[in-house]
Amino acid sequence: MAKILMKGNEAIGEGAVRAGCRYFFGYPITPQSELPHYLAKRLPEVGGLYLQAESEVASINMVFGAAGAGARVMTSSSGPGISLMQEGISYLAGAELPCVIVNMIRGGPGLGNIAPAQSDYFQATRGGGHGDYRVLVLAPSSVQEIIDLMQDAFDLADKYRNPVMLAGDGVLGQMMEPVILDDEIKPPSLPEKSWAATGRMGRDRKNLINSLYIVPENCEIHNLELGRKYAAMEESEQRWEDYHTEGAEMVLVAFGTAARVCKAVVDMFREEGRPVGLLRPITLWPFPWKRVSALADSVRCFLTVEMNMGQMVEDIRLAVNGKRPVRFYGRVGGMLPVARDVYREALKILDGGAD
Amino acid sequence: MFEAILIAGFGGQGVLSTGQLLAYAGMVEGKHVAWIPSYGPEMRGGTANCGVTISSRPISSPVVSEPTVLIVMNRPSLEKFQNSVVKGGIIFVNSSLIDLRASRNDVRVFYVPANEMAEELGSGKVANNIILGALIELTGVVSPGAVEKSLQEVLPPHHHKTIPLNLKALETGAKLVRNGQKT
Repeated sequence: MAKILMKGNEAIGEGAVRAGCRYFFGYPITPQSELPHYLAKRLPEVGGLYLQAESEVASINMVFGAAGAGARVMTSSSGPGISLMQEGISYLAGAELPCVIVNMIRGGPGLGNIAPAQSDYFQATRGGGHGDYRVLVLAPSSVQEIIDLMQDAFDLADKYRNPVMLAGDGVLGQMMEPVILDDEIKPPSLPEKSWAATGRMGRDRKNLINSLYIVPENCEIHNLELGRKYAAMEESEQRWEDYHTEGAEMVLVAFGTAARVCKAVVDMFREEGRPVGLLRPITLWPFPWKRVSALADSVRCFLTVEMNMGQMVEDIRLAVNGKRPVRFYGRVGGMLPVARDVYREALKILDGGAD
Repeated sequence: MFEAILIAGFGGQGVLSTGQLLAYAGMVEGKHVAWIPSYGPEMRGGTANCGVTISSRPISSPVVSEPTVLIVMNRPSLEKFQNSVVKGGIIFVNSSLIDLRASRNDVRVFYVPANEMAEELGSGKVANNIILGALIELTGVVSPGAVEKSLQEVLPPHHHKTIPLNLKALETGAKLVRNGQKT
Protein backbone atom coordinates (compact mmCIF):
# COMPACT_ATOMS: atom_id res chain seq x y z
CA MET A 1 0.00 0.00 0.00
CA ALA A 2 1.50 3.29 -1.10
CA LYS A 3 0.27 6.62 0.22
CA ILE A 4 0.86 9.34 -2.30
CA LEU A 5 -0.32 12.86 -2.98
CA MET A 6 -2.51 12.88 -6.06
CA LYS A 7 -4.58 15.34 -8.05
CA GLY A 8 -8.28 14.51 -8.40
CA ASN A 9 -8.24 14.47 -12.19
CA GLU A 10 -5.23 12.14 -12.21
CA ALA A 11 -6.90 9.92 -9.62
CA ILE A 12 -9.83 9.45 -12.00
CA GLY A 13 -7.37 8.27 -14.66
CA GLU A 14 -5.48 5.95 -12.33
CA GLY A 15 -8.73 4.65 -10.86
CA ALA A 16 -10.01 3.90 -14.35
CA VAL A 17 -6.84 2.03 -15.33
CA ARG A 18 -7.02 -0.03 -12.13
CA ALA A 19 -10.68 -0.78 -12.86
CA GLY A 20 -9.66 -2.28 -16.19
CA CYS A 21 -10.50 0.62 -18.49
CA ARG A 22 -8.25 0.42 -21.54
CA TYR A 23 -9.85 2.91 -23.92
CA PHE A 24 -10.32 6.65 -23.60
CA PHE A 25 -11.72 9.04 -26.17
CA GLY A 26 -12.03 12.69 -25.27
CA TYR A 27 -11.46 16.32 -26.02
CA PRO A 28 -9.74 18.76 -23.64
CA ILE A 29 -11.63 21.26 -21.52
CA THR A 30 -10.80 22.96 -18.23
CA PRO A 31 -11.12 21.97 -15.39
CA GLN A 32 -10.56 18.30 -16.30
CA SER A 33 -7.73 18.38 -18.86
CA GLU A 34 -5.24 16.74 -16.48
CA LEU A 35 -7.32 13.57 -16.84
CA PRO A 36 -6.83 13.05 -20.60
CA HIS A 37 -3.27 14.29 -20.14
CA TYR A 38 -2.65 11.58 -17.54
CA LEU A 39 -4.29 8.83 -19.58
CA ALA A 40 -2.41 9.81 -22.75
CA LYS A 41 0.72 8.63 -20.92
CA ARG A 42 -0.77 5.94 -18.71
CA LEU A 43 -2.99 3.94 -21.06
CA PRO A 44 -0.21 2.93 -23.50
CA GLU A 45 1.76 1.62 -20.48
CA VAL A 46 -0.97 -0.98 -19.86
CA GLY A 47 -1.60 -1.79 -23.50
CA GLY A 48 -4.57 0.55 -23.75
CA LEU A 49 -5.46 3.22 -26.23
CA TYR A 50 -5.85 6.97 -25.74
CA LEU A 51 -7.26 9.05 -28.54
CA GLN A 52 -7.98 12.75 -28.62
CA ALA A 53 -11.03 13.06 -30.82
CA GLU A 54 -11.85 16.05 -33.01
CA SER A 55 -14.79 17.00 -30.79
CA GLU A 56 -16.96 15.85 -27.91
CA VAL A 57 -19.56 14.59 -30.40
CA ALA A 58 -16.91 12.38 -31.98
CA SER A 59 -15.64 11.27 -28.52
CA ILE A 60 -18.97 9.96 -27.31
CA ASN A 61 -19.60 8.12 -30.57
CA MET A 62 -16.16 6.49 -30.35
CA VAL A 63 -17.20 5.43 -26.85
CA PHE A 64 -20.36 3.95 -28.40
CA GLY A 65 -18.28 1.92 -30.84
CA ALA A 66 -15.80 0.63 -28.24
CA ALA A 67 -18.58 -0.18 -25.74
CA GLY A 68 -20.47 -2.02 -28.48
CA ALA A 69 -17.38 -4.15 -29.02
CA GLY A 70 -17.36 -5.00 -25.30
CA ALA A 71 -14.47 -2.80 -24.14
CA ARG A 72 -14.21 -0.97 -20.83
CA VAL A 73 -14.24 2.57 -22.13
CA MET A 74 -14.44 6.08 -20.76
CA THR A 75 -14.72 9.69 -21.82
CA SER A 76 -14.56 12.88 -19.81
CA SER A 77 -15.43 16.52 -20.16
CA SER A 78 -16.97 19.46 -18.35
CA GLY A 79 -20.38 21.14 -18.72
CA PRO A 80 -20.27 22.50 -22.30
CA GLY A 81 -18.65 19.31 -23.63
CA ILE A 82 -21.09 17.08 -21.74
CA SER A 83 -23.94 19.04 -23.35
CA LEU A 84 -22.50 18.20 -26.76
CA MET A 85 -22.39 14.52 -25.80
CA GLN A 86 -26.04 14.24 -24.83
CA GLU A 87 -27.24 12.77 -28.10
CA GLY A 88 -24.62 10.04 -27.84
CA ILE A 89 -25.47 9.35 -24.19
CA SER A 90 -29.12 8.85 -25.14
CA TYR A 91 -28.04 6.41 -27.89
CA LEU A 92 -25.75 4.56 -25.43
CA ALA A 93 -28.63 4.23 -22.95
CA GLY A 94 -31.01 3.16 -25.74
CA ALA A 95 -28.57 0.54 -27.02
CA GLU A 96 -27.83 -0.54 -23.41
CA LEU A 97 -24.09 0.00 -23.66
CA PRO A 98 -21.88 0.20 -20.57
CA CYS A 99 -19.43 3.08 -20.34
CA VAL A 100 -18.22 5.72 -17.89
CA ILE A 101 -18.64 9.42 -18.54
CA VAL A 102 -16.86 11.92 -16.29
CA ASN A 103 -18.22 15.43 -15.82
CA MET A 104 -16.03 17.80 -13.79
CA ILE A 105 -18.67 20.47 -13.53
CA ARG A 106 -17.86 24.15 -14.07
CA GLY A 107 -19.86 27.34 -13.85
CA GLY A 108 -22.62 27.72 -16.45
CA PRO A 109 -24.91 28.18 -18.28
CA GLY A 110 -23.38 28.58 -21.73
CA LEU A 111 -19.64 29.07 -21.69
CA GLY A 112 -19.92 30.20 -18.06
CA ASN A 113 -16.47 29.87 -16.55
CA ILE A 114 -13.98 27.21 -15.45
CA ALA A 115 -14.58 27.48 -11.70
CA PRO A 116 -16.21 24.66 -9.67
CA ALA A 117 -19.99 24.22 -9.73
CA GLN A 118 -22.75 21.63 -9.28
CA SER A 119 -25.16 23.18 -11.73
CA ASP A 120 -25.29 20.11 -14.00
CA TYR A 121 -27.26 18.10 -11.42
CA PHE A 122 -30.48 18.27 -13.42
CA GLN A 123 -28.69 17.37 -16.64
CA ALA A 124 -26.97 14.39 -14.99
CA THR A 125 -29.93 12.99 -13.06
CA ARG A 126 -32.77 13.69 -15.48
CA GLY A 127 -30.95 12.56 -18.58
CA GLY A 128 -29.78 15.50 -20.64
CA GLY A 129 -30.61 13.78 -23.91
CA HIS A 130 -33.91 12.73 -25.44
CA GLY A 131 -36.10 9.80 -24.51
CA ASP A 132 -36.95 7.92 -21.32
CA TYR A 133 -33.62 6.91 -19.86
CA ARG A 134 -31.51 7.12 -16.75
CA VAL A 135 -27.80 7.35 -16.10
CA LEU A 136 -26.38 6.15 -12.80
CA VAL A 137 -24.56 9.13 -11.27
CA LEU A 138 -21.78 8.85 -8.67
CA ALA A 139 -20.59 11.90 -6.74
CA PRO A 140 -17.27 11.55 -4.89
CA SER A 141 -16.18 14.15 -2.35
CA SER A 142 -12.49 13.35 -1.90
CA VAL A 143 -9.60 12.20 -4.05
CA GLN A 144 -9.52 8.83 -2.26
CA GLU A 145 -13.21 8.34 -2.93
CA ILE A 146 -12.60 9.07 -6.62
CA ILE A 147 -10.18 6.13 -6.76
CA ASP A 148 -12.61 3.88 -4.91
CA LEU A 149 -15.65 4.85 -6.99
CA MET A 150 -13.99 4.36 -10.38
CA GLN A 151 -13.99 0.60 -9.87
CA ASP A 152 -17.66 0.71 -8.90
CA ALA A 153 -18.48 2.96 -11.85
CA PHE A 154 -17.22 0.42 -14.38
CA ASP A 155 -18.68 -2.56 -12.51
CA LEU A 156 -22.11 -0.93 -12.27
CA ALA A 157 -22.00 0.06 -15.95
CA ASP A 158 -21.39 -3.59 -16.89
CA LYS A 159 -23.87 -4.94 -14.34
CA TYR A 160 -26.72 -2.87 -15.76
CA ARG A 161 -25.41 -2.38 -19.31
CA ASN A 162 -25.91 1.33 -18.82
CA PRO A 163 -23.82 4.51 -18.92
CA VAL A 164 -22.51 5.60 -15.52
CA MET A 165 -21.54 9.19 -14.87
CA LEU A 166 -18.97 10.38 -12.35
CA ALA A 167 -19.97 13.91 -11.35
CA GLY A 168 -17.26 16.03 -9.76
CA ASP A 169 -16.35 19.68 -9.93
CA GLY A 170 -13.37 21.91 -10.55
CA VAL A 171 -12.19 21.75 -6.94
CA LEU A 172 -12.19 17.94 -6.82
CA GLY A 173 -10.38 17.77 -10.14
CA GLN A 174 -7.70 20.32 -9.28
CA MET A 175 -6.97 19.54 -5.65
CA MET A 176 -4.30 17.17 -4.41
CA GLU A 177 -4.95 14.92 -1.44
CA PRO A 178 -3.30 11.82 -0.03
CA VAL A 179 -4.55 8.58 -1.54
CA ILE A 180 -3.75 4.99 -0.67
CA LEU A 181 -3.10 2.80 -3.68
CA ASP A 182 -2.61 -0.96 -3.72
CA ASP A 183 0.94 -1.80 -4.76
CA GLU A 184 -0.34 -4.47 -7.05
CA ILE A 185 -2.60 -3.73 -9.99
CA LYS A 186 -4.85 -6.71 -10.50
CA PRO A 187 -5.50 -7.81 -14.06
CA PRO A 188 -9.00 -6.65 -14.97
CA SER A 189 -11.69 -9.27 -14.58
CA LEU A 190 -14.41 -8.33 -17.00
CA PRO A 191 -17.78 -10.03 -17.10
CA GLU A 192 -18.52 -11.99 -20.23
CA LYS A 193 -20.31 -9.81 -22.77
CA SER A 194 -22.16 -12.27 -24.94
CA TRP A 195 -24.08 -9.40 -26.53
CA ALA A 196 -20.98 -7.54 -27.81
CA ALA A 197 -20.48 -7.09 -31.55
CA THR A 198 -17.19 -8.95 -31.86
CA GLY A 199 -17.96 -11.33 -34.69
CA ARG A 200 -20.51 -14.10 -35.07
CA MET A 201 -18.29 -16.82 -33.54
CA GLY A 202 -20.43 -19.64 -34.91
CA ARG A 203 -23.66 -18.35 -33.34
CA ASP A 204 -26.87 -18.71 -35.34
CA ARG A 205 -27.64 -15.00 -34.98
CA LYS A 206 -25.68 -11.78 -35.32
CA ASN A 207 -25.21 -9.52 -32.29
CA LEU A 208 -26.65 -6.15 -33.18
CA ILE A 209 -25.99 -2.91 -31.29
CA ASN A 210 -28.95 -0.67 -31.94
CA SER A 211 -31.35 1.81 -30.40
CA LEU A 212 -33.84 1.82 -33.29
CA TYR A 213 -37.22 0.19 -32.59
CA ILE A 214 -39.29 1.38 -35.52
CA VAL A 215 -42.42 -0.61 -34.62
CA PRO A 216 -44.17 1.19 -31.72
CA GLU A 217 -45.20 -2.10 -30.07
CA ASN A 218 -41.56 -3.19 -29.98
CA CYS A 219 -40.36 0.21 -28.79
CA GLU A 220 -42.88 0.08 -25.97
CA ILE A 221 -41.56 -3.33 -24.89
CA HIS A 222 -38.01 -1.93 -25.05
CA ASN A 223 -38.98 1.07 -22.87
CA LEU A 224 -40.75 -1.16 -20.36
CA GLU A 225 -37.67 -3.37 -20.13
CA LEU A 226 -35.47 -0.32 -19.61
CA GLY A 227 -37.94 0.88 -16.97
CA ARG A 228 -37.61 -2.40 -15.07
CA LYS A 229 -33.83 -2.04 -15.18
CA TYR A 230 -33.98 1.51 -13.80
CA ALA A 231 -36.38 0.33 -11.07
CA ALA A 232 -33.88 -2.37 -10.11
CA MET A 233 -31.13 0.28 -9.94
CA GLU A 234 -33.32 2.45 -7.72
CA GLU A 235 -33.99 -0.51 -5.47
CA SER A 236 -30.40 -1.71 -5.11
CA GLU A 237 -27.96 1.09 -5.78
CA GLN A 238 -28.88 4.06 -3.59
CA ARG A 239 -25.75 5.12 -1.72
CA TRP A 240 -25.14 7.75 0.90
CA GLU A 241 -23.00 8.66 3.89
CA ASP A 242 -24.47 9.60 7.25
CA TYR A 243 -22.44 12.08 9.26
CA HIS A 244 -23.83 12.59 12.79
CA THR A 245 -27.44 12.21 11.68
CA GLU A 246 -28.39 10.22 14.80
CA GLY A 247 -30.76 12.30 16.88
CA ALA A 248 -30.28 15.33 14.63
CA GLU A 249 -32.90 18.06 14.74
CA MET A 250 -31.60 19.48 11.47
CA VAL A 251 -30.00 17.50 8.67
CA LEU A 252 -27.92 19.22 6.03
CA VAL A 253 -27.95 17.50 2.63
CA ALA A 254 -25.01 18.11 0.31
CA PHE A 255 -22.81 16.18 -2.12
CA GLY A 256 -19.28 16.48 -3.47
CA THR A 257 -17.34 19.60 -2.52
CA ALA A 258 -20.36 21.21 -0.84
CA ALA A 259 -20.56 18.18 1.49
CA ARG A 260 -16.97 18.76 2.62
CA VAL A 261 -17.92 22.28 3.66
CA CYS A 262 -21.06 20.99 5.41
CA LYS A 263 -19.05 18.50 7.48
CA ALA A 264 -17.20 21.46 8.97
CA VAL A 265 -20.58 23.11 9.68
CA VAL A 266 -21.82 19.97 11.46
CA ASP A 267 -18.63 19.95 13.54
CA MET A 268 -19.24 23.59 14.52
CA PHE A 269 -22.74 22.72 15.74
CA ARG A 270 -21.71 19.49 17.46
CA GLU A 271 -19.00 21.35 19.39
CA GLU A 272 -21.79 23.50 20.81
CA GLY A 273 -23.79 20.38 21.58
CA ARG A 274 -26.41 21.08 18.93
CA PRO A 275 -27.69 18.02 17.11
CA VAL A 276 -27.08 18.88 13.46
CA GLY A 277 -26.07 16.20 10.97
CA LEU A 278 -25.22 15.73 7.32
CA LEU A 279 -26.58 13.33 4.76
CA ARG A 280 -24.25 13.06 1.79
CA PRO A 281 -25.72 11.42 -1.30
CA ILE A 282 -23.05 9.35 -3.08
CA THR A 283 -25.42 8.33 -5.86
CA LEU A 284 -27.22 11.36 -7.27
CA TRP A 285 -29.28 9.00 -9.38
CA PRO A 286 -30.68 6.83 -7.99
CA PHE A 287 -31.18 9.51 -5.37
CA PRO A 288 -31.01 8.07 -1.82
CA TRP A 289 -34.65 8.85 -1.12
CA LYS A 290 -34.99 5.84 1.17
CA ARG A 291 -32.65 7.44 3.70
CA VAL A 292 -34.09 10.94 3.30
CA SER A 293 -37.58 9.57 3.74
CA ALA A 294 -36.57 7.72 6.94
CA LEU A 295 -34.87 10.84 8.34
CA ALA A 296 -38.01 12.87 7.65
CA ASP A 297 -39.72 10.89 10.42
CA SER A 298 -37.35 12.11 13.09
CA VAL A 299 -35.72 15.44 12.15
CA ARG A 300 -37.27 18.90 12.45
CA CYS A 301 -36.06 20.24 9.12
CA PHE A 302 -33.62 19.83 6.24
CA LEU A 303 -31.23 22.34 4.75
CA THR A 304 -29.77 21.46 1.36
CA VAL A 305 -26.52 23.15 0.39
CA GLU A 306 -25.58 23.13 -3.28
CA MET A 307 -23.29 24.93 -5.71
CA ASN A 308 -26.25 25.79 -7.94
CA MET A 309 -29.57 27.64 -7.77
CA GLY A 310 -31.39 24.71 -6.15
CA GLN A 311 -31.55 21.44 -8.08
CA MET A 312 -31.10 18.49 -5.69
CA VAL A 313 -33.50 20.27 -3.33
CA GLU A 314 -36.31 19.08 -5.61
CA ASP A 315 -35.36 15.43 -5.04
CA ILE A 316 -35.19 16.00 -1.29
CA ARG A 317 -38.64 17.57 -1.32
CA LEU A 318 -39.98 14.59 -3.29
CA ALA A 319 -38.47 12.21 -0.74
CA VAL A 320 -39.63 14.25 2.29
CA ASN A 321 -43.06 14.47 0.69
CA GLY A 322 -44.21 17.48 2.68
CA LYS A 323 -43.50 15.93 6.08
CA ARG A 324 -40.84 18.50 7.03
CA PRO A 325 -39.67 21.86 5.76
CA VAL A 326 -36.78 21.67 3.27
CA ARG A 327 -34.72 24.84 2.98
CA PHE A 328 -32.07 25.66 0.41
CA TYR A 329 -28.76 27.52 0.49
CA GLY A 330 -26.62 27.85 -2.61
CA ARG A 331 -23.58 29.54 -4.09
CA VAL A 332 -23.35 29.78 -7.85
CA GLY A 333 -21.24 30.81 -10.81
CA GLY A 334 -18.13 29.02 -9.58
CA MET A 335 -18.29 30.30 -5.98
CA LEU A 336 -17.96 27.91 -3.05
CA PRO A 337 -20.14 27.88 0.06
CA VAL A 338 -18.22 29.05 3.13
CA ALA A 339 -18.71 27.06 6.36
CA ARG A 340 -19.32 30.18 8.45
CA ASP A 341 -22.09 31.36 6.08
CA VAL A 342 -23.80 27.97 6.00
CA TYR A 343 -23.60 27.83 9.81
CA ARG A 344 -25.25 31.25 10.04
CA GLU A 345 -27.99 30.22 7.62
CA ALA A 346 -28.65 27.01 9.54
CA LEU A 347 -28.70 28.87 12.85
CA LYS A 348 -31.21 31.35 11.46
CA ILE A 349 -33.52 28.47 10.58
CA LEU A 350 -32.98 26.61 13.87
CA ASP A 351 -33.35 29.57 16.22
CA GLY A 352 -35.55 31.85 14.23
CA GLY A 353 -38.19 29.25 13.61
CA ALA A 354 -37.73 30.04 9.95
CA ASP A 355 -38.65 26.45 9.19
CA MET B 1 -3.47 22.39 14.58
CA PHE B 2 -4.62 24.17 11.45
CA GLU B 3 -2.66 26.21 8.92
CA ALA B 4 -3.98 27.52 5.61
CA ILE B 5 -1.00 28.65 3.59
CA LEU B 6 -1.19 30.68 0.39
CA ILE B 7 1.93 30.81 -1.78
CA ALA B 8 1.89 33.32 -4.64
CA GLY B 9 4.30 34.63 -7.24
CA PHE B 10 5.14 34.65 -10.93
CA GLY B 11 4.61 31.52 -12.97
CA GLY B 12 8.00 29.81 -13.07
CA GLN B 13 9.07 30.82 -9.57
CA GLY B 14 8.15 27.38 -8.32
CA VAL B 15 5.26 28.40 -6.07
CA LEU B 16 3.19 25.35 -7.05
CA SER B 17 5.98 22.87 -6.36
CA THR B 18 6.86 24.58 -3.07
CA GLY B 19 3.26 24.09 -2.04
CA GLN B 20 3.39 20.44 -3.07
CA LEU B 21 6.54 19.92 -1.01
CA LEU B 22 4.83 21.39 2.04
CA ALA B 23 1.67 19.30 1.51
CA TYR B 24 3.72 16.17 1.01
CA ALA B 25 5.60 16.78 4.25
CA GLY B 26 2.29 17.16 6.08
CA MET B 27 1.13 13.85 4.62
CA VAL B 28 4.38 12.15 5.67
CA GLU B 29 3.61 13.25 9.23
CA GLY B 30 0.14 11.73 9.04
CA LYS B 31 -1.71 15.05 9.00
CA HIS B 32 -4.67 15.90 6.84
CA VAL B 33 -3.47 17.89 3.83
CA ALA B 34 -4.92 19.43 0.69
CA TRP B 35 -3.25 21.38 -2.09
CA ILE B 36 -5.05 23.38 -4.73
CA PRO B 37 -3.64 25.61 -7.47
CA SER B 38 -5.11 28.72 -8.94
CA TYR B 39 -6.26 27.59 -12.33
CA GLY B 40 -7.69 29.74 -14.99
CA PRO B 41 -6.90 31.59 -18.16
CA GLU B 42 -3.34 32.23 -16.93
CA MET B 43 -0.64 33.63 -19.18
CA ARG B 44 3.09 33.07 -19.34
CA GLY B 45 4.78 35.44 -16.91
CA GLY B 46 1.48 36.01 -15.12
CA THR B 47 0.78 35.25 -11.49
CA ALA B 48 0.37 31.77 -10.05
CA ASN B 49 -0.63 30.68 -6.59
CA CYS B 50 -1.56 27.63 -4.62
CA GLY B 51 -3.24 26.97 -1.31
CA VAL B 52 -1.99 24.33 1.12
CA THR B 53 -4.06 23.31 4.12
CA ILE B 54 -2.45 21.21 6.84
CA SER B 55 -4.65 20.20 9.73
CA SER B 56 -5.11 17.68 12.50
CA ARG B 57 -8.74 17.34 11.36
CA PRO B 58 -10.30 16.48 7.99
CA ILE B 59 -10.19 19.44 5.62
CA SER B 60 -13.49 20.91 4.49
CA SER B 61 -12.82 23.26 1.59
CA PRO B 62 -9.29 23.07 0.17
CA VAL B 63 -9.60 26.61 -1.17
CA VAL B 64 -7.53 29.03 0.92
CA SER B 65 -9.53 32.24 0.99
CA GLU B 66 -8.38 33.36 4.45
CA PRO B 67 -4.75 32.30 4.81
CA THR B 68 -3.09 32.00 8.21
CA VAL B 69 0.23 32.30 6.36
CA LEU B 70 0.90 34.13 3.11
CA ILE B 71 4.12 33.82 1.12
CA VAL B 72 4.48 36.40 -1.64
CA MET B 73 7.29 36.05 -4.12
CA ASN B 74 6.41 39.11 -6.25
CA ARG B 75 4.83 42.51 -5.83
CA PRO B 76 1.45 41.90 -7.55
CA SER B 77 0.87 38.99 -5.16
CA LEU B 78 1.49 41.16 -2.10
CA GLU B 79 -0.92 43.79 -3.37
CA LYS B 80 -3.54 41.20 -4.24
CA PHE B 81 -3.49 38.96 -1.18
CA GLN B 82 -2.22 40.86 1.87
CA ASN B 83 -5.71 41.90 2.96
CA SER B 84 -6.96 38.31 2.92
CA VAL B 85 -4.62 37.16 5.70
CA VAL B 86 -6.36 36.46 9.01
CA LYS B 87 -5.71 38.83 11.91
CA GLY B 88 -2.65 37.62 13.78
CA GLY B 89 -1.45 35.73 10.70
CA ILE B 90 1.94 35.81 9.05
CA ILE B 91 3.18 37.30 5.79
CA PHE B 92 6.53 36.40 4.25
CA VAL B 93 7.64 38.98 1.70
CA ASN B 94 10.36 38.17 -0.82
CA SER B 95 12.11 41.52 -0.42
CA SER B 96 14.56 40.73 -3.25
CA LEU B 97 11.78 41.38 -5.74
CA ILE B 98 9.29 43.44 -3.74
CA ASP B 99 10.16 47.04 -2.92
CA LEU B 100 6.88 47.58 -1.09
CA ARG B 101 6.09 47.29 2.62
CA ALA B 102 3.02 45.38 3.69
CA SER B 103 0.24 47.72 4.78
CA ARG B 104 -1.12 45.43 7.50
CA ASN B 105 -0.27 46.12 11.11
CA ASP B 106 -2.31 43.32 12.66
CA VAL B 107 -0.17 40.51 11.25
CA ARG B 108 3.48 39.53 11.59
CA VAL B 109 5.50 40.43 8.50
CA PHE B 110 8.89 38.96 7.63
CA TYR B 111 10.96 40.49 4.85
CA VAL B 112 13.34 37.93 3.40
CA PRO B 113 15.75 38.80 0.56
CA ALA B 114 15.25 35.26 -0.69
CA ASN B 115 16.70 35.55 -4.18
CA GLU B 116 19.91 37.20 -2.98
CA MET B 117 20.34 34.69 -0.19
CA ALA B 118 19.69 31.83 -2.62
CA GLU B 119 22.26 33.23 -5.07
CA GLU B 120 24.78 33.29 -2.22
CA LEU B 121 24.10 29.61 -1.64
CA GLY B 122 24.72 28.92 -5.30
CA SER B 123 21.36 29.08 -7.10
CA GLY B 124 18.49 31.56 -7.20
CA LYS B 125 16.20 28.61 -7.80
CA VAL B 126 16.09 27.71 -4.11
CA ALA B 127 14.71 31.11 -3.05
CA ASN B 128 11.35 29.53 -2.20
CA ASN B 129 12.93 27.07 0.16
CA ILE B 130 14.64 29.82 2.13
CA ILE B 131 11.21 31.20 2.91
CA LEU B 132 9.80 27.71 3.43
CA GLY B 133 12.56 27.04 5.97
CA ALA B 134 11.63 30.22 7.84
CA LEU B 135 7.95 29.28 7.76
CA ILE B 136 8.61 25.83 9.19
CA GLU B 137 10.86 27.17 11.91
CA LEU B 138 8.32 29.79 12.90
CA THR B 139 5.12 27.74 12.80
CA GLY B 140 6.27 24.15 13.28
CA VAL B 141 3.56 23.20 10.79
CA VAL B 142 5.74 20.29 9.65
CA SER B 143 9.14 19.04 10.83
CA PRO B 144 12.36 19.65 8.87
CA GLY B 145 12.79 15.87 8.73
CA ALA B 146 9.46 15.41 6.96
CA VAL B 147 10.45 18.03 4.37
CA GLU B 148 13.79 16.32 3.81
CA LYS B 149 12.01 13.01 3.24
CA SER B 150 9.47 14.66 0.94
CA LEU B 151 12.15 16.24 -1.27
CA GLN B 152 13.07 12.70 -2.37
CA GLU B 153 9.47 12.06 -3.39
CA VAL B 154 8.51 15.41 -4.88
CA LEU B 155 11.67 16.06 -6.90
CA PRO B 156 12.08 13.91 -10.01
CA PRO B 157 15.14 11.60 -9.73
CA HIS B 158 17.26 13.68 -12.12
CA HIS B 159 16.94 16.60 -9.69
CA HIS B 160 17.94 14.61 -6.60
CA LYS B 161 21.43 16.03 -6.87
CA THR B 162 19.95 19.39 -5.83
CA ILE B 163 18.65 18.01 -2.53
CA PRO B 164 21.72 19.12 -0.47
CA LEU B 165 21.35 22.66 -1.84
CA ASN B 166 17.62 22.66 -1.08
CA LEU B 167 18.32 21.48 2.46
CA LYS B 168 20.90 24.25 2.88
CA ALA B 169 18.28 26.78 1.73
CA LEU B 170 15.73 25.45 4.23
CA GLU B 171 18.28 25.63 7.04
CA THR B 172 19.31 29.18 6.04
CA GLY B 173 15.66 30.25 6.27
CA ALA B 174 15.26 28.56 9.63
CA LYS B 175 18.34 30.36 10.95
CA LEU B 176 16.85 33.72 9.98
CA VAL B 177 13.95 33.06 12.32
CA ARG B 178 16.13 31.62 15.07
CA ASN B 179 18.29 34.73 14.93
CA GLY B 180 15.18 36.80 15.32
CA GLN B 181 15.31 38.65 12.04
CA LYS B 182 12.09 40.51 11.44
CA THR B 183 10.84 43.45 9.43
